[in-house]
Amino acid sequence: MLQTVLNPDPVSDAVSVRDRHLTAYRYMLLARLLDEKFASLYRAGKIHGGVFIARGQEALSVSIGLSLKKSDVFAPLIRDTAGRLAFGETVIDAVRTYLGSTLGPMRGRDGNVHRGRPREGYLPMISHLGAMISVVNGTLFARRLKGVTGMVGATCIGDGGTATGAFHEALNQAAIEKLPLVLIIANNHYAYSTPNDREFACRDLTDRAVGYGAEAQSVDGTDLSACLKVVGGAVARARAGNGPQMVVATLLRLCGHGEHDTADYVDPKLKNSPVGRDCLKVAEEFLFRQKWTDAGELAALRGEIVREIEAAVAQVQREPVPDPFTEDWLAISSRHLSETHVETNPA
Amino acid sequence: MSITYLEAIREAQAHALRDDSRVFIYGQDVGAFGGAFKATKNLAKEYPGRVIDAPISEDAMMGLAVGAAIEGMRPIIEMQFADFSTVGFNQIVNQAATLFWRTNVPCPITVRLPFGGTSGSGPFHSQSLETIYAHYPGLVVMTPATVEDAYSMLLEAVAIDDPVIFCEHKFLYYHLKAEKLPSEALPVGKARIAREGRDLTIVAYSAMVHEALEAATELVAEGWEIEVVDLRTVKPLDTDTVMASVARTGRLLCVGEAWPWGGVTAEVIARVASEGFGLLDVPPQRLNAKDTPIPYHPNLWTAHRPTARAVAAAARKLLRL
Repeated sequence: MLQTVLNPDPVSDAVSVRDRHLTAYRYMLLARLLDEKFASLYRAGKIHGGVFIARGQEALSVSIGLSLKKSDVFAPLIRDTAGRLAFGETVIDAVRTYLGSTLGPMRGRDGNVHRGRPREGYLPMISHLGAMISVVNGTLFARRLKGVTGMVGATCIGDGGTATGAFHEALNQAAIEKLPLVLIIANNHYAYSTPNDREFACRDLTDRAVGYGAEAQSVDGTDLSACLKVVGGAVARARAGNGPQMVVATLLRLCGHGEHDTADYVDPKLKNSPVGRDCLKVAEEFLFRQKWTDAGELAALRGEIVREIEAAVAQVQREPVPDPFTEDWLAISSRHLSETHVETNPA
Repeated sequence: MSITYLEAIREAQAHALRDDSRVFIYGQDVGAFGGAFKATKNLAKEYPGRVIDAPISEDAMMGLAVGAAIEGMRPIIEMQFADFSTVGFNQIVNQAATLFWRTNVPCPITVRLPFGGTSGSGPFHSQSLETIYAHYPGLVVMTPATVEDAYSMLLEAVAIDDPVIFCEHKFLYYHLKAEKLPSEALPVGKARIAREGRDLTIVAYSAMVHEALEAATELVAEGWEIEVVDLRTVKPLDTDTVMASVARTGRLLCVGEAWPWGGVTAEVIARVASEGFGLLDVPPQRLNAKDTPIPYHPNLWTAHRPTARAVAAAARKLLRL
């Protein structure tokens, strides 16, 4: 009953508002539980490399994932488990990437949050912040050249990522070309450990949009209803041809930068302020207040999700991992242009 | 009727735009202005909406190209000068060059780099960056030395499903001429024997091929027959052709306009030394630019990069060993 059909258009009537919230909540909970599973696998030594979870950022992230159509473009960043799932990523794809299964989209060649399916408009992030924005611009630019209309491309970044040159170049480029870009900025107050006042000096990150001729909105990133409304509105405006849209959400990362990070640099005052609220809890309370669901239903939902995640992990743990001896070690698609020189003689 | 190296590049782009609707050109001043060197002259008029001015944002230019390539287009990015490609370096080496390997989705982009020194251009309009791009997996690096190659290899670059760094030498733009455009060409990835000889192999690429050929001509008077190998592409590097030439001559001099540390010339010598040590009669040598930024004044500039005279001097030394 909570698994409703995605409705990408702005909500108008009460039923769709209810369904939209319930759908969003389901993806938020799925993301939270999937992230917790990854964290637990990490602590058990079952994951190579880092684990980066999105605790506290699910409401914002799910809002962009749900506001997009399957035919749109989405380049998520590090804390978009919810947005990825809402855009259409499967749990099994996420698990396969973290566990390095060769059946996953990245085939063990890349891992964790570096996953995507570019042919389906779901772009895999690189680690260099700001670098995905102009790539989204490129997909929109290409589609426009091909005569496609009505599309949107969205990408996410944090407060720290707005300090990169790539961010500025790409936002300027999107504005010049009047591209239907939606740029979601999660201001979670810390770029790894660096606080806002060491990342930017403007009054508010929305100020940045003005300089480029882009529109910007602020939103409380802990409030699902507000996020759905503001992000949905930005997507609609971009789709309608109003050029690039920026949304700046205020929230707090309720975890470390990665699971290796204890995050003891976070100011306790922030943790205890409204910014530090857990968006999942806030959404849950809202659903109860609206009498759209009850504790029993949510417990059942949780059980169903846990079973889905456990089944995916169990399956992937039996799947093949990459074999260096069958790997072709070729970085280009033009096989005839591969280097023939062998560095050392294996004999 | 003759055609210059620069005109060949323009013609190849016109050809690509005409034959393939997926091709577009994006770069600073490439539109109505026709490019800083006029390599896109009149193309914006002939192909409306497909030759587009970019802001001075090399990172975003390259990022846009990657996004467009994902969508099945074949962008040609003109860097106004190779030197400025370093601003877009991250997108080239980390985004474009890794995409296929990570996702199995090809990334067909041609990045045109007007490179190399011309007198008076100084430290920031003269660089040769083929080495640094060749260092990264996932890129093809082309360095055409002739008008024919400039044309046919650029067409090939656009047709290839991978990101190609197309290094076009500014020194060759105007003074290198051919009678007509080629109708056929050596495959990309194959080196060419630019001149046959028996006493010494000089391996060179791009503008240095011409310095090497001039040096070879000079050495004829002294009784030497020099073989000149034009690499054409530095990645992949046609080791077989180089090795076969060294097998004939027993002597190797490798010439490049880039800086010496770990360059293309070092790679060629490393390969010949490790795979063909027994073919060498004397230790292989190399000649590169000096290990400083590229000087402005012609007196310094001509001493900074290898010239025919310097190549001939290095060859004489090697021949006497």
